[in-house]
Amino acid sequence: MFISFLHNAIRFSTIFMYGSTGETLTERSGHLNLGTPGTMCLGALGGFLGVRIYLDSVASSGQMNGFLAVFIPILFALLFGACAGLLYSFFTVTLRCNQNVTGLTLTTFGIGLSNFVGSSINNTGFSAVSIFFRTGFVTKTNPNAFENLFLTYGALVYLAIILAIAVAVILRHTRIGLNVRAVGENPATADAAGINVTAYRYVSTIIGSAISGLGGLFYIMDYIGGNWQYAIDAFGWLAVALVIFTIWQSDLGILGAILFGALYVAPNYINTGTAGYIKELIKMLPYIITIVVLIITSIFGSRKAQPPAGLGLNYFREER
Amino acid sequence: MRKEFKHEPLFHISKRMDISTAQKWIIRLSAGILAVLVCSLIATIFTHNFGGFFKSMGSGTFGTAIRRWNLLEKLAILLCIALALTPAFKMRFWNIGAEGQTLIGCLVSAICMFYIRGSIANPLLLLISFVGSVGAGMLWGFIPAFFKAKWNTNETLFTLMMNYVAMYLVTFFISFAVRSGSGVLGYQPFGHLPLLQIPGLAPTGQKFLLTVILVAVLVVLMYVYLRFSKHGYEISVVGESVNTARYIGINVRKVIIRTMLLSGAICGFAGWLLVTGARFTVNKDLVGGDGFTAILVAWLAHFNPLGMLLTAFLVVFLKQGASQLVTDFKIGKDYFGDVITGIFFFFIIGCEFFINYRINFKKRTVKAAASSDTENPSEGADEPSAEAPTLPEAEAASEEAVAANREVE
Repeated sequence: MFISFLHNAIRFSTIFMYGSTGETLTERSGHLNLGTPGTMCLGALGGFLGVRIYLDSVASSGQMNGFLAVFIPILFALLFGACAGLLYSFFTVTLRCNQNVTGLTLTTFGIGLSNFVGSSINNTGFSAVSIFFRTGFVTKTNPNAFENLFLTYGALVYLAIILAIAVAVILRHTRIGLNVRAVGENPATADAAGINVTAYRYVSTIIGSAISGLGGLFYIMDYIGGNWQYAIDAFGWLAVALVIFTIWQSDLGILGAILFGALYVAPNYINTGTAGYIKELIKMLPYIITIVVLIITSIFGSRKAQPPAGLGLNYFREER
Repeated sequence: MRKEFKHEPLFHISKRMDISTAQKWIIRLSAGILAVLVCSLIATIFTHNFGGFFKSMGSGTFGTAIRRWNLLEKLAILLCIALALTPAFKMRFWNIGAEGQTLIGCLVSAICMFYIRGSIANPLLLLISFVGSVGAGMLWGFIPAFFKAKWNTNETLFTLMMNYVAMYLVTFFISFAVRSGSGVLGYQPFGHLPLLQIPGLAPTGQKFLLTVILVAVLVVLMYVYLRFSKHGYEISVVGESVNTARYIGINVRKVIIRTMLLSGAICGFAGWLLVTGARFTVNKDLVGGDGFTAILVAWLAHFNPLGMLLTAFLVVFLKQGASQLVTDFKIGKDYFGDVITGIFFFFIIGCEFFINYRINFKKRTVKAAASSDTENPSEGADEPSAEAPTLPEAEAASEEAVAANREVE
């Protein structure tokens, strides 16, 4: 039972992993993107549309290609997420609007649009596509513990881990990553050093949002198997929390996401008998833990554990 | 360096200091009209009926007496939460936890209604639930404020997390109190706000009238508090510059905690109004995102309590109208209101750019600019305005001139 618990925790954590990896990249460039929940919803919508388009295109032959059935929705989810990121950066970088307000508006808009369109898309045949999403390296009915823990997930789970590590490595060890961090810490200095602040903020936010968008796709197509459901924004807020929880390190984000995932699925594994209300308290834990981490990092935080100094501030070259 | 200036950008953005209030409102109004136009066009895609958009919007909000009262009630609650946020935001304390602060107020009201029931007189029960709700809201405001004041803990994320703690406390209470496991707390018959009877306006007693009156009073109080009280002054100084505030002897910590106590208290009050005046129950989505929408409402009105009347009305009008549109034309689920509100907000937020900045288009080649700019650096602005150029403009222009000079040499 413990293995199955861990398996589900890891599987569920993928949603948070995408969200937090994308948001980490975005925040490192100085954008506190509160539009992440909306972005994840839009990514889910994009993926949903992608599945519909793919199914319509193969409707005549009836033959589905497993690779394309997964790849096309991923492309669409990336595209929709990137569009949300583009919208956000246009408002914050080019028009220099308040980041929090823009983010909250993007969330309202994303939730509204995705639920409005998503719930009216005909999802017949989606469960068949969902099987492709869920297919892992090992597909036998009774895998052993090792296989169950490491080899039985769908492609998006592995992609999430790869992306989280890739973003961490790029941010930490490459010149591009150094530039992104410089732009997030002190855009004026970065600008003086010849780094194109506008371009870096645009690109990091767009890529970050595209990654976040995949989280919505995973939830819709893999985790709940191809139905539209109105729940993604709550995961989006947790993903934002996870970024702080993991002190802006996306590789730590993998472990953090698994912890959040474990806390999220734990109520299903605890036998509370008649006292079912205890489960509601367990669901509260991820948020409480995030608060505690926030407090601890602010009291004892070393310099490395602090948020990027330019987080939430727009840059205007002529402002002194 | 040289290469950069050969590719001179098409336009150049500078800060705008000299805009008049009338111009500001013309820009905002045109953005609003443009936004409504875009929303109506988008609605037309789904309804194939352009006029139907305006008709549904109108009938959904003003069509019947019930809809008008619903509009007023929603307006009152949204406005109340926006008022609660105003002092915090003026202080640059990003309180995005209004949702939770309101919800915890709702929860305490519902708990009082559920456990005390009819065992004491109704006014006494109302008093208890009032004190409880406001106190709970204060607590929810105090916790992040305390850590912000003491250790500078990030308040944006702290208050955001507190929303969810409140939400799960609600589901905890419901599953604790309702043992059937349905997860729904039914209608509570005790502890309602009284119906006011006013001959002429509401002869039979209107259940939302008291709510509306209380919030209207609050608007005036908040306006006076921020504008004319010492506290209001301290709040704006802390918001403008913490260092200045320290320098002139303001106890910044005290101001932060006191303001957040007030902010949380008003949110709790909004929750109390919501439960005892309109819903008579609680669930985790009772506030329904109004805590977030209120941020936008307050921000768009530039934290002016009277301006919020207008912005809150617009938002409620759009949402309620859109839900009527969905019913009238049977176009999918109720989320259309969110789409329209989102688009509307994007336009209004975006228009602030044109209020704060000026776009100067380049009309001359580099060489021509070199000769004219060295003679008169102030010609950088393209608008033939009589007043002297603002500092950044003049500086930018002279920088260009210097660079262009090098180019010539």
